Amino acid sequence: MAVRKPPITTREYRAPGHAACAGCGCAIIMRLATKAFSEAMEEKYGDPNAFAIAHATGCMEVVSAVFPYTAWKAPWVHVAFENAAAVASGIEAAWKKLGYKGKILAFAGDGGTADIGLQALSGMLERRHNVVYIMYDNEAYMNTGIQRSSSTPYGAWTTTSPPGKYSIGEDKPKKWVALIAAAHMIPYVATASIADPYDLYRKVKKAALVDGPAFLQIHGPCVPGWRIPPEKTVEVAKLAIETGVWPLFEIENGDIRNIKFQRFPKDGKFKKPIEEYLKLQGRFKHLFKRPEAIQELKEQIKAMWRVLGKEVELP
Amino acid sequence: MPMKKVMKGNEAAAWAAKLAKPKVIAAFPITPSTLVPEKISEFVANGELDAEFIKVESEHSAISACVGAAAAGVRTFTATASQGLALMHEILFIAAGMRLPIVMAIGNRALSAPINIWNDWQDTISERDTGWIQFYAENNQEALDLILIAFKVAEDERVLLPAMTGFDAFILTHTVEPVEIPDQELVDEFLGEYKPKHAYLDPKRPITQGTLGFPAHYMEARYTVWEAMENAREVIKEAFEEFEKKFGRKYQMVEEYKTDDAEVIMITMGSLAGTLKEFVDKKREEGVKVGAAKITVYRPFPIEEIRALAKKAKVLAILEKDVSFGSGGAVFADVARSLINEKEKPIILDFIIGLGGRDVTFEQLEEALSIAEKAMKEGVEEDVYWIGLRKEIL
Ligand SMILES: Cc1ncc(C[n+]2csc(CCOP(=O)(O)OP(=O)(O)O)c2C)c(N)n1
Ligand code: SF4
Repeated sequence: MAVRKPPITTREYRAPGHAACAGCGCAIIMRLATKAFSEAMEEKYGDPNAFAIAHATGCMEVVSAVFPYTAWKAPWVHVAFENAAAVASGIEAAWKKLGYKGKILAFAGDGGTADIGLQALSGMLERRHNVVYIMYDNEAYMNTGIQRSSSTPYGAWTTTSPPGKYSIGEDKPKKWVALIAAAHMIPYVATASIADPYDLYRKVKKAALVDGPAFLQIHGPCVPGWRIPPEKTVEVAKLAIETGVWPLFEIENGDIRNIKFQRFPKDGKFKKPIEEYLKLQGRFKHLFKRPEAIQELKEQIKAMWRVLGKEVELP
Repeated sequence: MPMKKVMKGNEAAAWAAKLAKPKVIAAFPITPSTLVPEKISEFVANGELDAEFIKVESEHSAISACVGAAAAGVRTFTATASQGLALMHEILFIAAGMRLPIVMAIGNRALSAPINIWNDWQDTISERDTGWIQFYAENNQEALDLILIAFKVAEDERVLLPAMTGFDAFILTHTVEPVEIPDQELVDEFLGEYKPKHAYLDPKRPITQGTLGFPAHYMEARYTVWEAMENAREVIKEAFEEFEKKFGRKYQMVEEYKTDDAEVIMITMGSLAGTLKEFVDKKREEGVKVGAAKITVYRPFPIEEIRALAKKAKVLAILEKDVSFGSGGAVFADVARSLINEKEKPIILDFIIGLGGRDVTFEQLEEALSIAEKAMKEGVEEDVYWIGLRKEIL
C-alpha cells in the first residue's frame, strides 16, 4: 500500500514543554511555520535543517528560551525587541561568507514589527536579505501585559486603551504592515491565519522558497489578551476570516494590482456579521453598548478592503 | 615588508579592519568616522577585502547586524561615534552579555546638545559599563595597531568580549600622519582565524543563544562578563608583548613619561597624551618635576598600574574630556577608586578639559599644573576644576 506523504511534515522544531499559555495562537504559528520552513529547505537545499531563527523580544521568545532550557530544535538567537530584522540581516551575511546554504527566519510580534521594529524591518527588506520575516500578530504587546500596539484593532480594550467615559478603547485603525512591506517591492508578501493551517503552511513554504526577502503577517489570537477561553483560539481566528476582519492575501513583487485572495466570498458579501467575531472576545465586550463604534469598525474594515481593491458588504 | 603611508586616522582604522579580514561589516556614516565605512566600501568594491558589507539604515541596526553575524560565528567589525554609539547603547550590553567578540572603531566625538562634531570622549566614556573592552589611541599608528590588538584580545577564549578602540575626532580621524601598515602575513599570524567555540548558528549543531535569565541565573551570567573583563588584563598584556615582538611597537596599559622623579603626574588618554608629553618636556627644561601618564586601556581599568604610578608622585592630576554630571570626571573616579584603600596615596585632582573640540593649550595645562602645585602645599580647593572654561560668556 502506498503511504501518502502527510500534508504537513512530522518534523518538529519546537520541543514540547514551552511555557506559552494553553490555547496560545502564536505558539501554533511558531510550530507550523518552522515545519513549513523545513519542508521548503528540504526541497530547495536537500536539507530540512538549513535554517536559523532570529527572534525579537516578546511572548514567543520568553516562553521558549528560559535558561537553561530551550524549546528550539533549530539554531536560534534572540537579541532585543526591535532588531530581529537587523540581526537576521547579519546572520544572513555571515552565512554567505561561511558558505552555508539555507535561509534565515525572523520572528517578531506586532509590537516588535509594526512599532519599534519597523525601521529595521524596512532596512532589511530594502537591502534584499534572504530572510523570511514573520510578524505574529496577536494585536497587542502581550509580553508586557496587553498594551496597545499600532496593530491593535479599533475599539479593542487593552491596558493602555481602556474603554471609559471618554474612550471607546483603541481609537485608531489597525496598521497593515503587510502593505508597508509590499511597498518595498519584495518578492513575496502574504497574510495568513492559524485558522487555515494549510494556507499558512503553503505561504510560509512559498516565502521560504523565493530568493530574497519575504514578509508574512499572521493572525494568532492571544488567550489573556483577547479575553477568550483557551479552547476558542481557532474558532475566533476562523471568525475573523469569515466576517471579513482578517483578509488572506498574497502580493508578489509589490504588484498590488495582482493581489491574490484566499477565502474571499465571490460576491464580496461576507455572510457572518463581525458582531459574531467580536462577541466571543472580552476585549470587545464594551462595544456592544456602543453600536456607533461597531459601525465605525465596519467602515474601517471596508476601507481596508478598498485599499486591497475590493468593495465588500458587511452585514 | 611593512609599508609606510601617510593617512588619516579613519583610513588607519579602515586599514586595520582590512588587515583583520572580518567576514561581516555593518556600518552607518557619522562624522567624524564616515570615512571608515567609505574606505572599507572601496576595499570591498576592489576585491581587496573579501567581506559582506551591510549598508544598514541606522547604527542600531549596524550593531544588531554585527551581533547576528557574530552569533553566527564570524569575525565582525563596525565603526561609529557619538550619537551613533549612543544609539547602539542597548545592544552594546547585549553583545557583551552574549560574549560576542565584535570590534568597533570610534572617532571620539562629543554628544548633543548642543550638537557638536568635535572631539571629546563623552561617547565612549558613557559606554564604559557595557562590558566592552576600551582602548584609546594617541595617534593614527596607535589607532591601527589598537584595532588589531582589539581583535586579538576580544577573540581570546579567556575573554570573548567585544572591544572598541577610540581615536579623537578630527585631531586623529582627519589628520594625516605617516602610518606603518603591517605585513598581511604577520597580521594573519598574529590574529589567526576566528573559530567560535560558543557562538554559532550551525544547523548541524543547533544551539539557543540570547535566552531569558531568571534571577536564579542572571547574576552568574553577569559575573562571567566581569570575570572575562578581569581575564582581559593578562590577555591584553600578552597581546601587547606579542605585538611588540611581531611588529616592533610597544604598548602598555598605562604608558609613563618622565614619571620616575615626578612630584606631579598628569594623567590623560588619547591624543591629548601627545600634547601633554611635549608640555612635560618644556616644564622639565624649566626644572619642574612633572611627568605624564597615558591610559591606553580604560576598560578593564589598569588598577595595578595606577597604584604603581601613585607611589611615585605627590599629586595625580587627571585631565579628561568627559563629565559625569553631578559627580565629576569618569577617569578621576576610576583612579580614585583604584587608590581608595592604599595606605599612602597622593592628592588626586580632577580636571575637565577640552570638551567639544576646545583646543587644549599649554596655557591650560599650565593652569592645571599650577593648581596641582598649589594643592601639593595648601591642599585641595575644589572637587572638580573646569579648565579653559570661558566664564565671561556664561
Ligand atoms: C527597547 C524596549 N522597549 C520595551 C521593551 C519591553 N517589551 C518587551 S516585549 C514588549 C512587547 C512585545 O509585544 P509584541 O512584539 O507585540 O509581542 P508579544 O509579546 O505580543 O508576543 C515590550 C514592550 C523592551 N524589551 N525593549
Ligand atoms: S499571553 Fe498570549 S501570546 Fe503570550 S503566550 Fe499567552 S496566549 Fe500566547
